[in-house]
Amino acid sequence: MIATRVLAAARTFAPRSRSFVPRPGLPRAILGAIIGFALGIGLAAELKAEPGQLLALAYLFGLAGFLLGVGAFRFWLTWAVGREIDVAEEHAAHGRAGEWQRYFRFTTDHKVIGVQYLVTAFVLFFTAGTAAMFMRFELAQPGIATNKELYNTIMSTHGAMMITVALVSIIGGLGNYLVPIMIGARDMAFPKANALSYWMLPLAILLVAINPLLGGFDSGWTAYPPLSQQANLGQQAYLMAFVTVGVSSILSAINFLVTVFRMRAPGMSLMRMPIFVWALTVTAALALIATSVVAAAFTMLLFDRILGTAFFRASRGGDVILFQHLFWFYSHPAVYIMALPGLGAILEVVPVFARKPLFAYPLAVLSFISIGVMSFMVWAHHMFVSGMAEFFHIPIMLTTELISVPTGIVFLSALGTIWLGRIQFKVPMLWVFGFIWAFLIGGITGVFLADVPTDIALSDTAFVVAHFHYTIVGGTIFGLFAGTYYWFPKITGRMYNERLGRLHFWWFTLAFNATFIPMFWLGIEGMRRRVADYPAEFGTVNLFISIAAFNIALSVGVFAFNMIRSWKTGPLAESNPWQAQTLEWQIASPPPIQNFDEIPTVTATPYQYGSPRPAAADGSSAS
Amino acid sequence: MTTHVAIGAHDEDAAAAASNMLLAVKLAILSEVMLFGALFAAYFVIRGESPGWPPPGHLERPELVLPGLNTLLLVTSSVTMQLAVRAARAGNRSRILRWLGLTLLLGGIFIVIQAYEFSTNGFGLDAGTFGSTFYILTGFHGAHVLAGAILIAIVANRTRLGLFSAEHHTSLEGTSYYWHFVDVVWIFLFSSLYVL
Repeated sequence: MIATRVLAAARTFAPRSRSFVPRPGLPRAILGAIIGFALGIGLAAELKAEPGQLLALAYLFGLAGFLLGVGAFRFWLTWAVGREIDVAEEHAAHGRAGEWQRYFRFTTDHKVIGVQYLVTAFVLFFTAGTAAMFMRFELAQPGIATNKELYNTIMSTHGAMMITVALVSIIGGLGNYLVPIMIGARDMAFPKANALSYWMLPLAILLVAINPLLGGFDSGWTAYPPLSQQANLGQQAYLMAFVTVGVSSILSAINFLVTVFRMRAPGMSLMRMPIFVWALTVTAALALIATSVVAAAFTMLLFDRILGTAFFRASRGGDVILFQHLFWFYSHPAVYIMALPGLGAILEVVPVFARKPLFAYPLAVLSFISIGVMSFMVWAHHMFVSGMAEFFHIPIMLTTELISVPTGIVFLSALGTIWLGRIQFKVPMLWVFGFIWAFLIGGITGVFLADVPTDIALSDTAFVVAHFHYTIVGGTIFGLFAGTYYWFPKITGRMYNERLGRLHFWWFTLAFNATFIPMFWLGIEGMRRRVADYPAEFGTVNLFISIAAFNIALSVGVFAFNMIRSWKTGPLAESNPWQAQTLEWQIASPPPIQNFDEIPTVTATPYQYGSPRPAAADGSSAS
Repeated sequence: MTTHVAIGAHDEDAAAAASNMLLAVKLAILSEVMLFGALFAAYFVIRGESPGWPPPGHLERPELVLPGLNTLLLVTSSVTMQLAVRAARAGNRSRILRWLGLTLLLGGIFIVIQAYEFSTNGFGLDAGTFGSTFYILTGFHGAHVLAGAILIAIVANRTRLGLFSAEHHTSLEGTSYYWHFVDVVWIFLFSSLYVL
């Protein structure tokens, strides 16, 4: 029905008005970036700009050229000059099924964008993981094996990249792909803005990746001044890239919220939404509200570096602690921007493999919302040793401990679903168990960092590193793996190899625990984090940790091999291999380009496992 | 801004797309509120820690006359903008154009006055914390006024081309939200940067 209308429209409009920007695509985007880059450098030379200003101009023009070249603005530009948008071209931008080139274009299909995000995130994950291997190589023995400055740069790059992975992989990848289908929509509310949010990333990521060529940076991803004001151009590259990622995630957050609140199929009430969609909705709300604060902080920091302002320059009346407040006002909610999608994916997987309704669904929803609200009241627990106002310590300690209540309820929801279920130990479910263990450790050790007295002793030690990795790897990456295995048949139309999946799970989980559990001990003993060298007595434990860490990398290699091989040659998957009840499993694998021939009507929640009758409206298209 | 011509557009889709667009504008404004909130927070913290404001030295605060006039201009432009929206709801094209034109004119004068003020202030972005906070707030705001003016120009052009009707004028409505927001930010900005 839709297709015929589009064809009719295409006949009417096709001969008229080609868009006035030349045929867009990745080659033109690269050309555009190079032209923009050259223009920026030319302008900087004309203005006799300092190196920092030159880098900023070159990047801004390069980014604009890239986005123009890829065709991100062509429809809006056509609209802005008052011309009608060519419907045929708009339809073409949606991409055609089975065409691989659409993954390298400005394609507006949410499923293509989801895959773009997911693959980009995994490439970034492997790159940042390699950086971690370098760090473990340096730390395997006391003393300096490579180079201190290089270690700092690699450490910072690892952090910057992994933060990006954690921020975008689940919501950008799995979320983009699945949310419209799960709520019974044909696409996101704003497909072009959706594609734009993806295409803002490649250049930003490239900028972070080449920062060692610009002198690197040693501030870590937190970029505290005054160090970040004095550091090399590589620091500036990171700051600019992170602001770009921020703008992209605000855009994407608006898109998610409008999609979820306005595009649901008939009968899909808020309390019938899959829990994964709920988790991403709260995530999007957090990203929308918090991200512009860090964008403001990083912009002020950039201005301090390149335009001579004094916001964070204590010598000229500025305030260094102010930066930390603004930074953590975003970056603590950001921990939940990273973790909630993972929790959502876990809760989505649990009922399917426990064959039971999701336990305490309404409470889980309420918990996600209260985590979202409370995450804005805890940021200063990152700053107990910063010298911030004393009166602030106790209230922040209390709110931080309070936030473990809703988090605990989410946990309980997973455990209650498993309890007395008929558990199928498939690979996605294994990751759920891995998550439960890892996130539990992460949560419990968080208490020591929320309590002011212990936090003061443990600040900036390996204990923090271990705690952070247990929460973010435990929450986000375990959720990402669970979700990737779970939805792999839907996205690719093929099954992954179960045995390799199990190998990946056991190898990764054991190696992960062997890597980070000793770090708790090291931290308590006083080993500093972020430093290339350490006292000789920690040598043996660090060697053990390094060997374990290399095993993580090897297990991820198994994952990559499994994914790539199964995508090409895996056995064809049925449309619903898990017998799941959410909408995405009721359509073909991979889903047709319009998702649904007919928009389904929803009559019940998607977790009615064990009930005598499937909850579908007409028995086939909905649940 | 153009999802109303999305694949398979018809009346229902267009109405849904319009309400989607307006929700998106509101959400975008929420994010902008946080942006300016952060900048204002920085301003008040830094100002509060300073031994005086402007910090002791040879800096003078800008005069109130021109920014006062600017406040008047921007508030008036919010009124004319709303009149344009009313005209759009009534489907009266020439009246939309008249009010949009007036709004654009007021916004334009605002920008010119602001630029004049910047050039005669006698202190720059690098003039310590005073210059930093003053210019980042007024500068970010000025950029928003400029963006709003460009949007108004685009919308006016589309009105001229006859692309609006009483039922169908989402971009005008969305632009008006944005314009009012920019106006409100200015009122906060005027009271805290210039008056307080």
